[in-house]
Amino acid sequence: MSTTQTLTDILIPTPLRAYTNNQARVAVAGDTVGAALNALVQHHPQLQHHLYAEGGVLRSFVNVYVNDEDIRYLDKEATRLRAGDELAIVPAIAGGRF
Amino acid sequence: MQTLTTTVAPGLTAEELRRYSRHLILPELGLEGQKKLKAASVLLVGAGGLGSPLALYLAAAGIGRLGLVDFDVVDESNLQRQVLHGTKDVGRSKLASARDRIYDINPHVEVDLYETQLTSENALDLIRPYDVVADGTDNFPTRYLVNDASVLTGTPNVYASIFRFDGQVSVFGTTDGPCYRCLYPEPPPPGLVPSCAEGGVLGVLPGIVGTLQATEVLKLVAGIGDLLVGRLLLVDALGMRFRTLKVRKNPDCPVCGTHPTVTELIDYQAFCGIPQAAAALKAETADVPEITVRQLKDRLDRGETPFLLDVRKPLEYDIANLNAPLIPVDELAARVDELADYRNREVIVYCRSGIRSAQAVKLLKAHGFTGAVNLKGGVLAWSDEIDPTMVKY
Repeated sequence: MSTTQTLTDILIPTPLRAYTNNQARVAVAGDTVGAALNALVQHHPQLQHHLYAEGGVLRSFVNVYVNDEDIRYLDKEATRLRAGDELAIVPAIAGGRF
Repeated sequence: MQTLTTTVAPGLTAEELRRYSRHLILPELGLEGQKKLKAASVLLVGAGGLGSPLALYLAAAGIGRLGLVDFDVVDESNLQRQVLHGTKDVGRSKLASARDRIYDINPHVEVDLYETQLTSENALDLIRPYDVVADGTDNFPTRYLVNDASVLTGTPNVYASIFRFDGQVSVFGTTDGPCYRCLYPEPPPPGLVPSCAEGGVLGVLPGIVGTLQATEVLKLVAGIGDLLVGRLLLVDALGMRFRTLKVRKNPDCPVCGTHPTVTELIDYQAFCGIPQAAAALKAETADVPEITVRQLKDRLDRGETPFLLDVRKPLEYDIANLNAPLIPVDELAARVDELADYRNREVIVYCRSGIRSAQAVKLLKAHGFTGAVNLKGGVLAWSDEIDPTMVKY
């Protein structure tokens, strides 16, 4: 059985673009948020450390949205993606002194 | 013949009516709206990048009382973006500079100055008397402090933050709306925080974002428009894209949820893992052999030619350097072979402040470099103690 995986655009926040060859948008294949993020990290392995903590858990200060909804309020990484959905990665920022 | 008499609305002088005329003829605002602005008090936490447009525009708009919290002095490097201050103010307290500028824009504004750091000890008392708090600070502990204090005092918090080319704006701390912890329940651990080389910001960015923040303050006070309650506005200045995301009020939020567990202000430095990170860093770099800038200078004066290694980023190198070869610290492990000739010789490693270079020394030692030494204090110390013409950044 062949399935065509959904193609989703992932919006990369400025601080992480250094790890995606400066692309602000990366198209990946994946039927769920988890699959799409895995595909992203496969293509851009330096993102692994910035997005995931030990044990492969998404870092708590990195929010992920499907269109405008936080995945915490959807199905987290199991959230299914449809054609045309946009995935946004939004880390916490606080200015220059942290 | 009838004589026409001019009645001046109570609360606003004729001069103020002239000053705010462009507000008065806005259907959404009008005289009643302007009176609301005049009756309002807003506390600005931070008189820097975000605080500048906040103070300038809220004063211009006729907010009745502005409180300013800042303990900093105007530095030359602030002038690239902190438009509240000018060249003549370098060395002055930011509050003094801010007060003078605000009075010049609008002498009707009452200005309260708090030359202090906002802490868990003073935050509730400082915020409580104000109708709105606008958070313009530059670090995570204060973000969480302002958030919690705003919820605990029932004071709406017009939030904005920036980093390099990106910004965020929202309104937290309203009764039915979410708070910052609903958006980001936990701060990033300091270990993942960018280093000295990554604190750059496009000068206009706080201008854009702080003005958006001021807009929300005015709308909140005047009771008009749709506020960013339950919405997060993302500004991507490089792509010039604006995006709005939903922020839901978390019923389990420890501060603003249905069963709050945080009912008092906490230790926000500890919450953000800062003392732990500082201790870890100290331990990690404690046994690193070091040389002071004075010692290095003396040796150079005696005609010695020690091998120096710069481990900063190329951008930093371009600003100022000690004429040494450059291998950025995050590339060092992969490029140690380039230093093969120095495996058993002295390698004096330096960076901006001595932290990355200490880590580099440890890495080199782990690769068998017996003579790796850290230049204590880095180029900053060199600029302070040896050569003031070396640019600090």
